[in-house]
Amino acid sequence: MGGRTYRPPLEAGPDEKVSTLSLVAQAPAPTTLDPPPRDPWRGFTGATWSASVDTGSFIQDNYRPYEGDAAFLAGPTERTSRLWGRLLEMFPVEQERGVYDVDVRVPSSITSHAPGYIDRDAEIIVGLQTDEPLKRAIMPNGGWRMVEAALEAFGYEPDPVVREVFTCYRKTHNDGVFDAYTPQILRARKSGLITGLPDAYGRGRIIGDYRRVALYGVDRLIDQKRADRAALDIRRSTDEVIRDREELAEQIRALEDLKKLAASYGFDISGPAGDAREAVQWLYFAYLAATKDQNGAAMSLGRTSTFLDVYIERDLAEGALTEQQAQELVDDLVIKLRIVRFLRTPEYDALFSGDPTWVTESIGGIGRDGRTLVTRTSFRYLQTLYNLGPAPEPNLTVFWSPDLPEGFKRFCAQVSLDTSAIQYESDDLMRPRWGDDTAIACCVSPMAVGKAMQFFGARVNLAKTLLYAINGGWDEVSGEQVGPVLPRIHGDVLDYTEVRARLDVMMDWLAQTYVDALNVIHSMHDKYAYERLEMALHDSDVHRTMACGIAGLSVAADSLSAIRYAEVRPVRDDRGLVVDYETVGDFPTFGNDDDRVDEMAVDLVHSFMAKIRRHRTYRDAEHTQSVLTITSNVVYGKATGNTPDGRRAGEPFAPGANPMNGRDRHGMVTAALSVAKLPFDDARDGISLTTTVTPAGLGRTRQEQIGNLVGVLDGFVASDGFHMNVNVLDRATLLDAMDHPERYPQLTVRVSGYAVNFVRLTREQQQDVVDRTFHSGL
Amino acid sequence: MTLTSPDVERAAAVEAAGPVEGTMHSWDISTGVDGPGTRFVLFTSGCPLRCLYCHNPDTWWMRSGQRVTVDQVLTRISRYVPYLRAADGGVTVSGGEPLLQPEFTGAVLAGAKERGLHTALDTAGGLGHRAGDDLLDATDLVLLDVKAADEDLYRRLTGGALPPTLRFAERLAERGQPTWVRFVLVPGLTDAPEHVRRLARFVAGLGNVERVDVLGYHRLGREKYAALGLPDRLRDVPGATPEQVLAARRSFADAGLDVT
Repeated sequence: MGGRTYRPPLEAGPDEKVSTLSLVAQAPAPTTLDPPPRDPWRGFTGATWSASVDTGSFIQDNYRPYEGDAAFLAGPTERTSRLWGRLLEMFPVEQERGVYDVDVRVPSSITSHAPGYIDRDAEIIVGLQTDEPLKRAIMPNGGWRMVEAALEAFGYEPDPVVREVFTCYRKTHNDGVFDAYTPQILRARKSGLITGLPDAYGRGRIIGDYRRVALYGVDRLIDQKRADRAALDIRRSTDEVIRDREELAEQIRALEDLKKLAASYGFDISGPAGDAREAVQWLYFAYLAATKDQNGAAMSLGRTSTFLDVYIERDLAEGALTEQQAQELVDDLVIKLRIVRFLRTPEYDALFSGDPTWVTESIGGIGRDGRTLVTRTSFRYLQTLYNLGPAPEPNLTVFWSPDLPEGFKRFCAQVSLDTSAIQYESDDLMRPRWGDDTAIACCVSPMAVGKAMQFFGARVNLAKTLLYAINGGWDEVSGEQVGPVLPRIHGDVLDYTEVRARLDVMMDWLAQTYVDALNVIHSMHDKYAYERLEMALHDSDVHRTMACGIAGLSVAADSLSAIRYAEVRPVRDDRGLVVDYETVGDFPTFGNDDDRVDEMAVDLVHSFMAKIRRHRTYRDAEHTQSVLTITSNVVYGKATGNTPDGRRAGEPFAPGANPMNGRDRHGMVTAALSVAKLPFDDARDGISLTTTVTPAGLGRTRQEQIGNLVGVLDGFVASDGFHMNVNVLDRATLLDAMDHPERYPQLTVRVSGYAVNFVRLTREQQQDVVDRTFHSGL
Repeated sequence: MTLTSPDVERAAAVEAAGPVEGTMHSWDISTGVDGPGTRFVLFTSGCPLRCLYCHNPDTWWMRSGQRVTVDQVLTRISRYVPYLRAADGGVTVSGGEPLLQPEFTGAVLAGAKERGLHTALDTAGGLGHRAGDDLLDATDLVLLDVKAADEDLYRRLTGGALPPTLRFAERLAERGQPTWVRFVLVPGLTDAPEHVRRLARFVAGLGNVERVDVLGYHRLGREKYAALGLPDRLRDVPGATPEQVLAARRSFADAGLDVT
């Protein structure tokens, strides 16, 4: 299977630029006084991972758990601050223009661009997507129209040669998809019943195991892929086998390109990394190559912190690195991760606003053997939020369990208090299902790194589906027949049993249309925009999931609750379409731990999952679904008319699985417990909950707030909750909440003995809360 | 499965608690405001006082509450036991004035303790004589609102008498009952420095007060007065400023107390 072939590691200090060529020219003939080349695996133990590619085993055999506190951490070096400072100057320009710059001429690939630097003399870890920082590249394989639209939106002229190539000579994913879409799918898309489909942007949700490059070097990985490819030669040439052969050939090519990319920056990554700096650099080159090859919506990083800690610990023990230098390495890596950029269309920005890249890093958690996977580097990654200031990327995600070490838990809570930049996922739910080398793709979607990939499917509009059930398949906004025809509902009051039965019919049809659409999308994406580098860093026998999703769950559940427990009178227009509802009487709403309505939400998740499972998926991918919207809750709300729960036409849905804003009456924990009831095994692509709180809502002193937030998370995970995005508001975000309450659901003002939903206060009262909250007045 | 002797006693206690009813205004689960950690807070209905600054005048009358049995309350609380225990929190009975319904309140506190939860009682203390020893035995922490240190001021502020609260505070001190004192700072009414110092000295002298929370008067909830057809007698009083709250906190700290 090929021996460990590598070149001797280059003996360079952390700040020296290295070039293989210059060393070859200068290297004297070896003498007996020269030290022998350093074994990159010196000090590492373990038989499994050295015999075959297995990053998980390497980590388990070599990492050092850390159960202490944050006192050891170092602040930023002057170099780091200066380097980051240069970028800070560029960001406002980028914000104003929308993009800093675009290369319109050279379609991006792993090797398309000359090396680029922010500040060549100051960078420790090198590599940019193009030849300039913040300069975005075009990626036409996904679709040419999108590239043109994006260029136009930002005031750039498309290059005529590139246009000709991608309209005459090279078919794109977007072209392929629309060749195979059916009229049904097109109608469902147009009406907003299914939106955000990755038919016009890179699907993402694939996490290459970038650590393999550091651990093994590229040559070893090529050898493995060659062997996997050769093993297919004796198989019969069926559709599947042919496709697998071709994919492996592409993967091998991508790995060769990866070596070329590194060489252009002066690095030979054919062999394993020999120290911490090389480990970070090799890993980053692999990730960088992915972001040059693909523009997936989510380009997540994986679970790298504990892996890198092995190398850092070794360097510290060898005296090759100080704590300050270790932190500096991490800071430099994170600087790079923060400037990943993709060229997007305005439609995309409406769906996923804020230029997100979802460079999600999964931190902490617990191993199968019960030892914590928290290391000092887990802390170091979080420390970047102080050293470089808060930022949404990389998307730092802590795998939480009540059994995590106290020091780490408290540090995480403190970082949440100070930055609101962390999201939390239950390690206790993920570990038994996917093992201890699981990572999150995008926001909430788990999978074992290097062993599985997700076919991202965006989400369907469940609230609109309910309206279709009421209107017999007619769209309440356009009046067009989109869903299957059902006889009109007569009568002055909606009957729950009748509506629920019709909803079932609608959901059946929707599940079928949805899976149809996703099969088309992913077949074409594999064909025209295959993620060859990312897949090269997966086991060849990879597991696939078809990641469906639902939006508007709380709107649908509350609407069904209104129909059942209150009296809902449909208001019809002159076409006979139900366009509004008069709801009289009280009804329980989702988010109050009231089983009457919570069970409806559970049932919606469960039954839609069952319906999806009935349909054959492309490449027999495992059916999963998420309750997640990102910011598309706003887009979906705009496309949906009045709903029986009292929501007005055009108003946003709650994000993800959140209860509708203002309908939670018993505090954020109770709201979270309603969400925790949703069956995780019917939503294995993730259940998203956003929690918003003011510091005063966590306690009266900082230490109390930290301890209490730890308690909130412990309780949530102990109650089978899956995910929590924790926003601890500061003055600026509280002011933002006044103008954009939909961004801060469930924000409750809570003082001793008094509670009120922020969204229910008058503007004057809200301003008063803002003024008082951060001066210990409340 | 046979019941052991403690179980039999427990079952009898539960049975005796079964039919006991009370009136409830609402409940919620919140963090860091009504006792340590994340807590289930039960707000009982009915209060003998009429504090000028009350932000829940809708709790003043028992009749406007919802009749519930202790069983119903404990069944609701039982749902949150894993959460509250994992979060190092517990149950607080507040209101209104919980000691207006001592049997109900005592049964809820005892039931919470049986389920392994930390318990807290939030009271103004004026009805302290109605709290039996067994109720206080089932209470891990008393949150005592000492609204003023001067009898006239107390009556003007609350419509009630001060001495019973002071006696209750002393009884708690004698029992060594862990207590947190709450004091609402109302500009122009309770904020006179000498007044605050006097209160601080009294509280410090008790010996069992683990901490003092100084709560600045705020104007959230004032619209409830109009909705209830009641005059807002603090209509022209602004909320306490951070400086005012800080000054009061200093007085308590100077008396040797832990203040937040």
